[in-house]
This record gives sequence, C-alpha cells and structure tokens, in this order.
Amino acid sequence: MNPDSPSPAQRPIPVPTPLSAPFWQGCAEGKLRYQECEDCGRAIFKPQDFCPNCLGIRLTWRESSGSGEVYSYSVVWRPQTPAFEVPYVVAIVELAEGFQMLTNVVNCEPDAVYCGMPVSVVFAPVADDIALPFFAPSPA
Amino acid sequence: MLKDIGRALQGVAVVGAFNTPQARTLPGRTSASVTLEAAKGALAQAGLAMADVDGFNITVGLDAEASAAFAYDVGAEHFWIGHEMDGVQAVLEAALAVASGECAVALIASGQASLYTDRASTAPWTRPTNEFIETWGLHTAVEWALPAQRYLHEFGIKPEDVAHIPATIRNYGAVNPNAVYYGRGPFTPDDILASRMVASPYRLLDCATTSEGGSAIVLTDRERARDLPAAPIRLLGGGREEWGPTYVNPPAYRRTGPVGRRAADAAFAQAGIARDDVDVFEVYDNFTYEIPRYFEAYGYCAPGEGAQLLSPENIRLDGRYPICTDGGVMAHSHTGYSQLTQKVVRAVQQLRGTANVNQVPGAKIALANWPKGLLLMTSE
Repeated sequence: MNPDSPSPAQRPIPVPTPLSAPFWQGCAEGKLRYQECEDCGRAIFKPQDFCPNCLGIRLTWRESSGSGEVYSYSVVWRPQTPAFEVPYVVAIVELAEGFQMLTNVVNCEPDAVYCGMPVSVVFAPVADDIALPFFAPSPA
Repeated sequence: MLKDIGRALQGVAVVGAFNTPQARTLPGRTSASVTLEAAKGALAQAGLAMADVDGFNITVGLDAEASAAFAYDVGAEHFWIGHEMDGVQAVLEAALAVASGECAVALIASGQASLYTDRASTAPWTRPTNEFIETWGLHTAVEWALPAQRYLHEFGIKPEDVAHIPATIRNYGAVNPNAVYYGRGPFTPDDILASRMVASPYRLLDCATTSEGGSAIVLTDRERARDLPAAPIRLLGGGREEWGPTYVNPPAYRRTGPVGRRAADAAFAQAGIARDDVDVFEVYDNFTYEIPRYFEAYGYCAPGEGAQLLSPENIRLDGRYPICTDGGVMAHSHTGYSQLTQKVVRAVQQLRGTANVNQVPGAKIALANWPKGLLLMTSE
C-alpha cells in the first residue's frame, strides 16, 4: 500500500474529540504528537485526561521523533470492509519515546515486515483536515 | 475467604443447558425468537416454567443489555438481572446471585438470527468503532493476530507446531451432527496450514466461524435441583479477569498474554482441586494460539510451552487435555454472543455423560472458559 494513494476515502475517517484534537491537528501539520506527564515524564498515547503511571493531571503535548520499531504486526487479507485494499499491514509500533500506537506499515512488501523492524512516520491526507500517521521502513 | 466463595458456588447447580439448532444463517428468524427458543429448551430440560425464573441475563442479537426488557416481556414482575456478557462470566455472576439469595432460579439466554447479511465486510460484531483503531482496518481477527504474532516471535513458535490443535477441534465438529460444519473434514495439520491467510499468522482454519443460533443455561440452588429431572451439575469455582477494553488500545502480548492467571488461581483455590483434576476443557477456540495461551496463563505450563503441552496425544478424547469436544466455535457454531454460553452447555453435556459424540469417558470435572473468565464444574 502506498500512503500517497490510500484506499479511497471510504476507510473510516477519525472524528477528533476535544481530547484528541491536538493529536489530529498535529498530523495535519505533519507532526506526530503525544502527551508527556509533567510530573513523572511518562510518554502517553492514546490521548488521556491523566497519567496512567502517576495519575498526575498535568499533561503536555510533545512532538515525537516519529521513529520507532514494529512491536507486532498482521498482514491482512480479509478486509474489514471493501474500503481496504488487500493485503494491508496493521501494526503496533513502539515509538522511540516509549509509547505504542496502532497504524499501517506502508511503502514496503507486506511480507517484509517483522517484529523489531525500524520504521518512521509518514503522513497521508485522507480527508479535509485529517491526515493519517502511517509508518514506513526507516531509511538505512 | 476463597473457600467460602467456593462453598457458596458449590451450593448452586446447572439444571438446564440447551442449544437451539445452529446454522450459518437462520433466514426468517429473529434474534428474539431464537433467544426465547433457547430459554424454553433449557427450562424444559430443568422441569421449570418461565414463571419460576426470577433472575435474568439475556442477550438478544447484539443487545447485551436486553435482560430487563425480556423479563418484562415474558411476564416477570420482580426480578434480578445480570450484566455479564453471556457464557462463563454470566454463569458465575448468576450463581453468586442465587447463592446470595437475590434470585432463586436464574436464566441466561441469548440468540442471534438474520444479523450477518453484508458478507463483503466482516461480521457486524467484529468491526470496532474508535478513532485510533478502525481507520487502520482492524477487525476481530487482527485484534487477536497482533498478540499472536508477538507470541510467535518471543518464543520461536511456528505455525506447524500448533496446526494439529485446530485440526483436532475441526474433526470433533466434523462428526457432530449438531455442528454447523458437520461432515466437513477430516482435516490434517497440513490442511490448516494450506488454508488462505486471513490476518497473519491466522489462516482461515485458525479462526472461528460465523453462524447463528441460541443457547441458554438455568441455575438454581442444590436443594431445589435435587427435585428436578435433569442430573444437576454443581459449580466448583470460577474467576474473571481482563486486560482492558478490546478494540481501543493496542493489543500487546505483554498485556494480553498472562490474562487469566489470577482468575485461574482463584477458581482452583475455591474449588479445592488441582489443575490436573480437570477431565475435559471446553475452552474458547476463537483463534488457534489462544488455546495454548490459556494453559500457560492458567498455570499448566510456562509461557511458550503450551504448544508442547497440547500435543496431538494429549488433546485426544482419551488424553490428558481433551478440548472443544463439540467442534468449538471453529466448527460447532459462533454466533457473536451466545457461543460463549455454548462452552458451558458442552461442559454440562460432558459431565452428564450425554455428549452426543466425542464423550470423554468418565468425565467428572470440566473447565469452561473464554478469554475473560473460567468456570470449574463437576458431576459429583
């Protein structure tokens, strides 16, 4: 799958909430944002109202390096809906800052993906104001 | 404390356990009518009437909070309702309600019909809605494939190490006239490995089927059970445990892998039995790697050793760990919710010695489960 030509826009488009809006705003600007706890320094994703580690409520938005590795993945041949062109790779990526997120790995052969594979974020617009943070193999 | 809870549970018995006919689809039927059919079947087996029921846990179609409406609609006037979602956890919750005097006869029933019509998409109950999940094309098989892939990676397990497990389960279904996939088989491990990929590492024959039908359980206290026609099956212990909401957060193996350890410790302590006292395991076979994972989490072996423990010899009907004897949710039936209750129904059939096929000789203690809970039962 090529992020420059993602499946037609029928794929479910995220609807930002007040809590997640800064994240999606960042994606539209080409920035991968996460929250950091001002009290204990924990990197937090998905967006939360409080820190799962120390329960502090002072969370600040930070910009991730966008680099990480594949923690786990699945090459999907049975699509969720016909909006998804198969095969596509659903992955859990662990970012260098220490948080995990779900994504699609793109710009490589699906069968080339492996646990531990270095990947970097690439953004692709899928709707007005919404760009999705895909991940692609990191440059060698 | 755990022994006290165990004694309370041991004062409760299953007196009705019933599946309606299961099929790929039940055209012309409604979920409500199938749910009612399941309830009537279980009550008839118990020798009880709907008017005797004062505890309800009902799922109609995809509505898991249908209990109060169903109870009202069948004419009940004052009643307890359960909120657990079908299967072992609903039985455990209802048994505690019987033991604590909140109700005298509890009915757990659910049924699905005419729900899965858009076959171009995965079943409606498998498609999540969450801004950080659905946009990536995740569905149920992917949710379970992600921890499985990591499990393979961490322990160096290969698909051929476990392919005999779904083959065995499917072969139990192939000889069960009540199974949706009756007559489909036999399967060899190579057949499993040759089936088309759904969501790696899961191939088609690693995954539960989708079908329609209903199931129901009736519980009451042991004193009352003595006067009823069916052989009562006594509860021994149970436990519930979760790792978080599914389809919301990344399903990482490091969180999902150990789920059930504490619940199993509680259940066996309540029951006062050892792990190897269990004769038959009606475990939830939604996806292949979950099955060895249960045995790892429940303390039968170390993480990563489940595939060796569940060797072809050990999972035979005369082996140490017979599993999924009706063909499981892979081949018997998987309806969305009521299949959770089928695990209890099958365990009851085994303990009564009334399994239509694949009877485990002399089974006295059964374990039924799903990923969020387990139940121990006995015929003694």
